[in-house]
Amino acid sequence: MIHAFTFDGTDIVLDVNSGAVHVVDELALHVIRDYETLPEENLAQKYAPVYGPAAVREVLQEVRELKKRGLLFAPDPLPEGYRPPEEDTVKALCLHLAHDCNLRCRYCFAGQGDFGGDRGLMSPEVGRAAIDFLMAASGDRRHVEVDFFGGEPLLNRRVLVDLVHYGNKRARQAGKEIKFTLTTNALLLDGEMRQFIGDYGLAVVLSIDGRPEVHDRMRPFPSGAGSYQQVMENVSRFVHSPHCGEYYIRGTFTRYNLDFTEDVRHLAEAGFQSISLEPVVAGAGCDYALREEDVPVLLAEYDKLTRYLLERRRQGRPVEFFHFIIDLEEGPCLPKRLTGCSAGQEYLAVTPAGDLYPCHQFVGRPGFRMGNVFNGKAGKNSANLFQKAHIYNKSACGQCWAKFFCSGGCHANALAFNGDLLKPYHLGCLLARKRLECALYLEAIARQ
Amino acid sequence: MSKHIKTIGGRALRDTVHNGGCRECRTSCQSACKTSCTVGNQACANKKNK
Ligand code: SF4
Ligand code: SF4
Repeated sequence: MIHAFTFDGTDIVLDVNSGAVHVVDELALHVIRDYETLPEENLAQKYAPVYGPAAVREVLQEVRELKKRGLLFAPDPLPEGYRPPEEDTVKALCLHLAHDCNLRCRYCFAGQGDFGGDRGLMSPEVGRAAIDFLMAASGDRRHVEVDFFGGEPLLNRRVLVDLVHYGNKRARQAGKEIKFTLTTNALLLDGEMRQFIGDYGLAVVLSIDGRPEVHDRMRPFPSGAGSYQQVMENVSRFVHSPHCGEYYIRGTFTRYNLDFTEDVRHLAEAGFQSISLEPVVAGAGCDYALREEDVPVLLAEYDKLTRYLLERRRQGRPVEFFHFIIDLEEGPCLPKRLTGCSAGQEYLAVTPAGDLYPCHQFVGRPGFRMGNVFNGKAGKNSANLFQKAHIYNKSACGQCWAKFFCSGGCHANALAFNGDLLKPYHLGCLLARKRLECALYLEAIARQ
Repeated sequence: MSKHIKTIGGRALRDTVHNGGCRECRTSCQSACKTSCTVGNQACANKKNK
């Protein structure tokens, strides 16, 4: 299977099953597109009058050679299908330190902080039990991950600090490496916290949406007032401080800012270099939800964003856009691409009370509780559902050229929009494929 | 050779099966996004698999 496309005059071919990417000229693009349906002599007849017989012969020779090397028209890497590994390892936890928030973001999938339950803070006992659970459940894996999430995790700063110390100690004892990430709206990111983040090497994901009016519309205080000014001040102060290591600016775009390149520009011009701006996750009933009819505008906007990023790169001021990053040489192995996000398997979320869920977006959903941090992982049935929800079991993915990069999309979206883990969210797919084209184009240009 | 086709990513996925699968790399949704699962942009943590 191949996917051939043209972006601003650059012709690119992705060989789906090998993952190889080729930049081709116009003739090669035509020949590769037709190669599986027309015999070589017909291809010669069809294209020789326009491009000359010698050129067609050269292209055919190159195609044959690449095919032989398994880099073009490669067969399915797992012709027998995929059998997920039978193991119960958990190596990443998302700790919901606070089911409470100091903002009332309209699109919050956490029900504006409380996940549809009580506003509660995680106790140190639950937090420590979660770390103990992770140390045991990660078996012989060396790398483990803890994300402090919420609501707003800095509302529970005392426990966060305690868990970083405790987690580091337990990891040392167990001979593991623990990586902490903090996802925050930055309102409580003060000098002391900045210092702590720097001292302990936490990665930070900072929520800000872009232009002031865009941010304020969706991210107000409980009073209704916009939070942009305070958030921007705190984010800037942190990112431009010596305490900032690995970070991402994480914004959301909605139907109200389909021109989100302007928001990336706003953030880039504020001096932020790692930006992730994501489509809102919202049901069709919401005024700000993306609709199928918005797709052409969204696709064109991703083109625009790509050109903007390219322009910055050419000016020597590159910005990283999370979903356009791609590593063609040293990217993930095939087994990783097949397990995807590993929600409900290697990755679980923990509520303030210590209940386990498949991921942060499943927290509080009836029927998805998977045990708790004191008694361990339970709910084999749920775990199996997630294990089976891979690209070889999803009919839409089998035919999709993006499958080995996308890995089958978000389970939470599939369930929310289609009530079925095996049916990916269509709009999400359209955007995922577009982003992949943009990423491949940027990579192709970088190599030229 | 390669007058018309320039290969820019040339590691066949099936070759990563053998040394891959150590699962020491980052969990994909965890790091920057929290609403989607693009795995293709993850880095490999396994020195043997390179
Ligand atoms: S884009 Fe959609 S269809 Fe394609 S692999 Fe991803 S989830 Fe499956
Ligand atoms: S189900 Fe969706 S939100 Fe949850 S971890 Fe997977 S990709 Fe992320």
